[in-house]
Amino acid sequence: MSAITRTRRRQALGRFWDGFRSQRGGMAGLIVLGVAVTLAVVAPLFIDEGVTSVVQNTGPAFDPPSLAYPFGTDESGRSILLMVWWGARTSLLIGFLAALVSVGIGTVFGIAAGHFRGWIGALLMRVTDWFLVLPSLVTALVLAAILGGSTFTIIMAIGVTSWPSTARLIRAQTLAVEARPYIERSKALGGGHWHITTRHVLPNVAPLLLASTTLEVASAIVTESTLAFLGVSANKTSWGTMLRGSYDWNAASAGAWWYILIPGLCILAVVMAFTLCGRALETVLNPRLRGAKA
Amino acid sequence: MTAPLEAAEPAAAQAAGPADDHRPARRGLLRYALTKAGGALLSIAMVIVATFFLFRLLPGDPVRNLAQGRNMTPDQLDLERRRLGLDKPLVDQFFDFVGQTLRLDLGTSYEYKRPVLELIGQRLGPTLLLAGVGLVIAVSLGLWQGTRAGWRPGSRFDRFSTATSLLLWSVPTFWLGLLLLMVFGAWLKIFPSRGIESVDAPDGFGYVLDVAWHMVLPCLTLVGVVYAQYLLVMRSSLLDEVGQDYINVARAKGLRDDDLRRRHAVPNALLPTVTLVFMRIGFVVGGAVTVETVFSWPGLGKLFYDAISVPDFTLMQGTFMLITVAVIIMNTLADVVYHVLDPRVRSA
Repeated sequence: MSAITRTRRRQALGRFWDGFRSQRGGMAGLIVLGVAVTLAVVAPLFIDEGVTSVVQNTGPAFDPPSLAYPFGTDESGRSILLMVWWGARTSLLIGFLAALVSVGIGTVFGIAAGHFRGWIGALLMRVTDWFLVLPSLVTALVLAAILGGSTFTIIMAIGVTSWPSTARLIRAQTLAVEARPYIERSKALGGGHWHITTRHVLPNVAPLLLASTTLEVASAIVTESTLAFLGVSANKTSWGTMLRGSYDWNAASAGAWWYILIPGLCILAVVMAFTLCGRALETVLNPRLRGAKA
Repeated sequence: MTAPLEAAEPAAAQAAGPADDHRPARRGLLRYALTKAGGALLSIAMVIVATFFLFRLLPGDPVRNLAQGRNMTPDQLDLERRRLGLDKPLVDQFFDFVGQTLRLDLGTSYEYKRPVLELIGQRLGPTLLLAGVGLVIAVSLGLWQGTRAGWRPGSRFDRFSTATSLLLWSVPTFWLGLLLLMVFGAWLKIFPSRGIESVDAPDGFGYVLDVAWHMVLPCLTLVGVVYAQYLLVMRSSLLDEVGQDYINVARAKGLRDDDLRRRHAVPNALLPTVTLVFMRIGFVVGGAVTVETVFSWPGLGKLFYDAISVPDFTLMQGTFMLITVAVIIMNTLADVVYHVLDPRVRSA
């Protein structure tokens, strides 16, 4: 990369960051995310999987928040605080990876459908529309139930059912980019399909991908918790499985409000943070929205 | 499921969809409807084929899977295998399956020992009731609030609405249900926490009231989660209209603000929104599965959930196909209705 390109990229990045910084909601989201991800990453330095073990934790059952157990305990005397901390690892990991799978498939389908006109493009759109119509949660449930609940299958089940909206978005953008004259120039100079899609189209849709990945992580985390609540989970402690536990053990009628409230608030905080970030990114990257949305 | 937040994009894409798919010539409505119906049939065929192969992906022996670890002698297993036609080649199994499905024979549930179709028939009513009432409330509330918010962007009402819908959008459906269950069911004991009727339900009008009373919490949960996206979509499509020339012209002519909104802006903004309401019907179905599970509402969603937790694969397969086909039909109807309503698409 030449020096000029590097300077120009750095300037563009600077402008982007200035734009993002002026979005209050986005910054708040970014800070929450930073804290959540850091906590999840450093968790093994302080605690281990033992906090989720029924055998190793012998606190009182359904103990209200106290100094020893700041967020109370669950039905087998495990500390909600430590479980939520450890569970963040599963929830965030599945959220990130499922979003990557989903956006990955969506990008390939979207660019291909936009780039190859004619029957290939039409076929790809047909497949995309078919997946778009399928009720995603129901399909993900069936997939997870059939393939069994490992972390990998849950990630795949979410990813495979949530990519079509990304594909449509990317296809529209690809069509817009490919209508520009420099694509024609590139073709005239002998640029092949691979060159045009990866060197010209992809960099142009990349900003959009960033925004859509961020929003996708938010919905993947919600889907993961819903799947876990409905009983097809990765058999690891996540915020969703904790809420499942609270339902199974009737925490509501036992008055154990902390058991229901805390994991849910974690989901809410992280999902909102991702959503705010995603919206801020959209606003900064899409000039059309800059004036319209507050 | 990311939809509402990027609402402007899908709305535009879908609005443009029918137009750029059928550029070549003016086509009659009938022709358009037939094309769409053909597409829907193809989609349904794909669902049937996909279901067949999906449920044959099951790891392990299908008979043992169905038997759920009950003790069976090898002879019994063999008999069962022959009864289900599992000893035939895959191709024969495939055509048997397709034939049965087309004859609406969805097999027999292992858990309930009754035909799947009969079980579905029993559970359809409660789901239609819950989802129907929920959808009507969510749509009216969402459109009304979205209109008010979008007409005065940046106002206090707008900021409040957007913040609320962002919050509701981030809340997992089941968690909202759990919270309502805890507050209104367990603490205040105002509303029942499970089921569709009391054990000692009265007859006649009293029964209607009893069911309505049971429906409050599930319905509230469904509305809370679903309506946020209608609000956001309505708001953003109204925002698109507000900037248009014809609005300025009408305003310059001296039209009152209320008339301008009611007679000019809203009808135009309504088109993409109404389509989107139908396009997102799959999302409502997902919500219904969750809500019915939380509140033990005896509907199709609960049936599907029960099938998954047993797991009862025949039942799961049947409900999955039915739900998917219903969603496909709804979407196709939305397409055709949109075509009737919007002259811009029709003449394109």
